[in-house]
Amino acid sequence: MKWHIRNSERSACWQAIAITAICLALAAQATAQGGGELRFCLRAEPKTFHPLKVDDDASAAIRYLTGGVLVRVNRQTQQLEPGLAVSWKISKDGREISFRLRSGVTFSDGTPFSAEDVAYTIQQLMDPALHSPTGDAFRSGPGNVETKVLSPTQISIRFPAQVAGLDRLFDQVAILSQHSPKKEMAVLGPFLVADYTPGATVLLQRNPNYWKTDDRGRKLPYLDSIRLDIQPNRDVEMLRFKRGELDLINSLDSTYFDKLAETSPQLVHDAGPSLDSEQLWFNEVAKAPIPGYKKNWFHSANFRRAILEAINREDLARVVFHGHAQAAAGPFSPANLFWFNSRLKPLAYSADAALKALQSDGFRLENGTLKDKDGNAVVFSIATNSGNKARESMAVLIQDDLQRIGIHVNVVTLDFPSLIERMMETFDYEAILLGLTNVDLDPNGEMNVWLSSSQNHQWNPQQKAPETAWEAEIDRLMRVQASSSDGNKRKEAFDRVQEIVVEEEPFIFLVNKNALSAVATTVHGAAPVILSPQTFWNAERLTVSPK
Amino acid sequence: MSLWQKLPYVVLALVLAASLAANWLAPAGYARQYREATDAPPSHAHWLGTDELGRDRFSRVLYGTRISLLLAPAAALLSTLLAALIGGLAGYLGGMWARMAMAVTDLFLSLPWLFLLITARALMPLNVSPLVSVMVTFLLLGFLGWTTAARVLCASAGTLRTADFVRQARAAGLPGLRLFWVHVVPNLKPVLYAQFWISIPVFILSEANLGILGLGVAEPMPSWGSLLKELEGLVSVGEEPWKFVPLILLVVVVTSFQSLLSRQEEVAA
Repeated sequence: MKWHIRNSERSACWQAIAITAICLALAAQATAQGGGELRFCLRAEPKTFHPLKVDDDASAAIRYLTGGVLVRVNRQTQQLEPGLAVSWKISKDGREISFRLRSGVTFSDGTPFSAEDVAYTIQQLMDPALHSPTGDAFRSGPGNVETKVLSPTQISIRFPAQVAGLDRLFDQVAILSQHSPKKEMAVLGPFLVADYTPGATVLLQRNPNYWKTDDRGRKLPYLDSIRLDIQPNRDVEMLRFKRGELDLINSLDSTYFDKLAETSPQLVHDAGPSLDSEQLWFNEVAKAPIPGYKKNWFHSANFRRAILEAINREDLARVVFHGHAQAAAGPFSPANLFWFNSRLKPLAYSADAALKALQSDGFRLENGTLKDKDGNAVVFSIATNSGNKARESMAVLIQDDLQRIGIHVNVVTLDFPSLIERMMETFDYEAILLGLTNVDLDPNGEMNVWLSSSQNHQWNPQQKAPETAWEAEIDRLMRVQASSSDGNKRKEAFDRVQEIVVEEEPFIFLVNKNALSAVATTVHGAAPVILSPQTFWNAERLTVSPK
Repeated sequence: MSLWQKLPYVVLALVLAASLAANWLAPAGYARQYREATDAPPSHAHWLGTDELGRDRFSRVLYGTRISLLLAPAAALLSTLLAALIGGLAGYLGGMWARMAMAVTDLFLSLPWLFLLITARALMPLNVSPLVSVMVTFLLLGFLGWTTAARVLCASAGTLRTADFVRQARAAGLPGLRLFWVHVVPNLKPVLYAQFWISIPVFILSEANLGILGLGVAEPMPSWGSLLKELEGLVSVGEEPWKFVPLILLVVVVTSFQSLLSRQEEVAA
């Protein structure tokens, strides 16, 4: 048989061969490159590479990407999954946790991993000299933590008192090597720190000894490296993302989100309400240097609820956050699937109802000014941190809303240290508008906010004994939930805490911001979620295609 | 005077008149929020669009111009007078007095003002009405902004001290202070004018920066400084050109002031 090929067919044939060759070359290149390099920005210099000393967002991001943990909270399902531990068990008294560890795992430098490393990590974590912020969550009571290495793959850890939500806390504990000469730079996570230029870049490279594989048995992570540029300026970050110099922006504000959505809607992701809330509170500290009549207003739950009712929170969400926020129902966001009390609904805006409630308390409206029963005009200041555009805007909207019921608000923006000094030391303020960043799903992460003896009980911190009956009840319920290992009992107690907070409004919860992010189309496998780190929580499974 | 020479007068008169007539010209109050029309482009209802809280930008520009145009020159006048008094006298007296005054000026220049302003803010009560905040802001600027001008005036007065006409007046028995007032101050006028005009835009911009410390013009009151803050984060000029109106106005006003200054110098020469 003879092949008869015409010129046009010959040409088509050559084209097909050429295209196939190009495809093969590209495929070969892609294979050689692996999953490529992911690039994004850290908004500040990482303060430490020691995973147990992490106390800032930049260091936490590096810890997440490099640290190997015994158990990991799946950021998508919010459920706990095995990590270096294949299984674990908590004792009935909630004081002891036993782990069965994965065998055959090695650190990035080849040092074998065993239960001794876990024991060493716990010892370091609880060492008071190290001042580990991660360790603070485990300090449940006086006494030492005892670790018992049962075998190279079995360990039990006993705490002096019960630690509620104990297993979830291990999501933050990156295991250190006891024997590696590289100390904390020997890691068990998907990436390792390969290079660091202060003020410029942190380069992470694939950990060749990472233990995890995908469903098809391929070694993870797919990415070859991650380049983290240190860039505090969000405008620059956005410009670089638009130019294609960055692959993702982990947390976007609503203005940038909308601007990007206008031109490239396929790049932006709104994962819905996050755990973060914005709130306003009045100074209820007895020794605060503010007039007595103002203290009387601020101590009145009726006054606080009226203020909440007079603030149009739908407008805050719509105007300030361009619709990427929801009016808050209470202290926990609906994004917290298990712990949010679904019986709570946001109080609807009604200036008339607010005014009526105030009038029932003896306030009266005279020539556009609200006055209390002693004739004092209702005037107070709301302080917030300068430079935070969203908070400044919220304060101005609140000022306008309250003006409608005759309340005059002076908006003051202060640099953050001054604001903190007034808030924590001098108590020289009337009301403050700030946000609460929630990284922990468990209410135990907020023990330092709700206990009346706590320093972060902002409206009236460090009380020797609860000054009000409802604060005493919150203290009791928080201790009940913290000392129980029964999930339902804990939930019941914390549901009641949320209800009391909504009844008393010590914090006027304004909005829950949405988790906004941007991911380039060259990044594959990204599924932004509400929990931190929103966009790179599954970094080990991401790939970046060549530009 | 040619039309070109009259132009700065006309521009300044128009801007000042418009700002003083803001109550009648502005379509809305500076604090009125049209929450259904936030960040809107120019329209019949809002000639310069609205800001991110839905406030009419044209109205805010008019009211902001009034505040900045009245108070920045007032602060500039205060600082120039202080500079004339300290720098001018030091230069005229010379010797130890000049060295002492300049040492104090250098000390002032080297002080970490950011921290001092934070301290000043800490000492002030939080519950201050927007109007009081405006007064406090510009008074602070006036009291703190004299140092650079004082150095220039000291140098100029130092030159005048050894000038022939001053020596002649001194030889004629004219008392020191009278000599300073009658012969030195009038000859310092061009420098004083220059320092005065230069200070105005500096104070307008300083006011905007003071907002970071909680010392600027408080919301909801507008000022050029707070209006210029809108330009933060603007990615391209062509995107929303109407947001540049406060900046253009600032440039036009400052340029007009400078033109007047040049004209006066020409007349003086």
